[in-house]
Amino acid sequence: MSKNYQPGPFHPASAMDYLPLSQLRDLQFQRLRAMVQRAYDRVGLFRQRMDARSLKPAHLETLDDIAKLPFTVKTDLRDTYPFGLFASPLAEIVRFHASTGTTGKPIVVAYTQEDLNDWAQVMLRSFAACGVHRGDIVHNAYGYGLFTGGLGAHYGAEALGASVIPISGGNTDRQVMVLRDFGATAICCTPSYFLHLIERAAGMGVNFKDLPLRAGIFGAEPWTESMRQRIEAESGIKAYDIYGLSEIIGPGVAMECLHQAGPHIFEDMFYPEIIDPETCELLSDGSEGELVLTTLCKRAMPMIRYRTRDITSLNSEPCACGRTLRRIRRIGRRSDDMLIIRGVNVYPSQIESALLAVEGAQPHYQIVVDRQRGLDVLEVQVEVTAELFSDTVGGLEKLQAKLSRSVESVTGLRAEVRLVAPHTLQRSEGKAKRVIDKRKM
Amino acid sequence: MILKQLSVFLENKPGTLSAPCRALADAGVNIQTFALADTQKFGILRLVVHEWEKARRVLLEGGWTVKVTDVVAIEVSDTPGGLASLFEVFERASINVEYMYPFTAKQEGKGLMLFRFDDPDAAVKALQANKVSVVGTVELFKRLGN
Repeated sequence: MSKNYQPGPFHPASAMDYLPLSQLRDLQFQRLRAMVQRAYDRVGLFRQRMDARSLKPAHLETLDDIAKLPFTVKTDLRDTYPFGLFASPLAEIVRFHASTGTTGKPIVVAYTQEDLNDWAQVMLRSFAACGVHRGDIVHNAYGYGLFTGGLGAHYGAEALGASVIPISGGNTDRQVMVLRDFGATAICCTPSYFLHLIERAAGMGVNFKDLPLRAGIFGAEPWTESMRQRIEAESGIKAYDIYGLSEIIGPGVAMECLHQAGPHIFEDMFYPEIIDPETCELLSDGSEGELVLTTLCKRAMPMIRYRTRDITSLNSEPCACGRTLRRIRRIGRRSDDMLIIRGVNVYPSQIESALLAVEGAQPHYQIVVDRQRGLDVLEVQVEVTAELFSDTVGGLEKLQAKLSRSVESVTGLRAEVRLVAPHTLQRSEGKAKRVIDKRKM
Repeated sequence: MILKQLSVFLENKPGTLSAPCRALADAGVNIQTFALADTQKFGILRLVVHEWEKARRVLLEGGWTVKVTDVVAIEVSDTPGGLASLFEVFERASINVEYMYPFTAKQEGKGLMLFRFDDPDAAVKALQANKVSVVGTVELFKRLGN
């Protein structure tokens, strides 16, 4: 690229967003066939499942034949922990990420260099879709580390040519100072953290409306249209919804365009389907159901018909932006009991195992999630049984601290442990009600 | 020389204090003395009653978490310096007090205090060696009119 190149509002990488539908479907099919062949040849689980159905990669004759393929679920990643689903030898793997699993064991994902390049490209297209370009300053407050959010956004913004501030999560006062002093024009974080930033900034005498910040790329947790309106009204920026999950690639599976009418799925890379979560029946565009995604290019860890547990619908109506990529409706709920707290995936079963790790603890607990001053707060209420009860205040406070530490070490989230009297936690039909989510989204 | 005390876990919210007391009252159990340890979120109600086994059963059946703890009743002179002299004995004998609270009954210028020590048996031995008047169960409830 010559030094005289002037970045315009259109990035060449976005060309794939506008492929004519017939070409897009053809490309999807070609890529699907190659990916399934690779997965069949190299991953035992996929081969066994296809063999069980007497299905060979060559049996895929049209794109619709994808429905013949078996589903993959989160427990498959757990059962093959850590490296059992890799389709590339370790020597070709250049990056690991991990997210929390259902029982405390993480879900491991891996990338070859080509995968990382692809990921950077879809993230680049995500930024470009909401008008972020070279010359923009991107304040990346997604956590860096095993979580895909931080590095995913980072490499995408760098590939775009934007100036990246790799601030990661935490230390809100410093974040406000950097936002003000560096003059970031775009920010990446969870929507709830952004609300927290606005609030803290106000306390520090900083008004976001006076800053050059104009776009927020918000994801990693469910949020609502009313949260978008609140964010936009209080900060003066435009708030865009980005969607992704580690099992597929990380952030950058789908991203909203300037019209903010639901994230466009980068369909040349990820093939979406909607199924009935109960019957697994394939549903038509427009129907609400569970989103199922198939990676079309992933090398290290291809995913065939991965059940995301996210409930949404596919929108195939043309978008005003002209992209041919279908959109998903905002994801508001899940078909399993996973909670997303401050962007971290948490299963009640993880909290249970953390509590049981403390001697004498019984599984009589309740998880209360609330949003206070824009930030998710996790409270775990634990019934004090005779085994746990110590006669001194110091003993009970020690117990609280021990339980809290155990929850934090398993989930990575700070939890307030509250000791409650026995038999006080809500039980419905004899079964304990484990989770109370008070967050209004 | 060792007394049994009942400790009841309570959440710190309105109404949690009356219920266990009412349950004991309905069972005809009289509370001889009590103390409440409280924090912002929870409390521990400590009780001394004559029939502690019956009281414990009543509370357990009512769904409360109850713990039985060994405590020691000690006579304290109801004159200036009565407590100070006693604590000086504790210090000399290296006895650790976890908490304490009084009985309301007074007799011949002497009050009664209840102590929870980290090692009750060792404490009783040390106190008797120091000629501190430790009051046993039978004597205690006689004084309390049971």
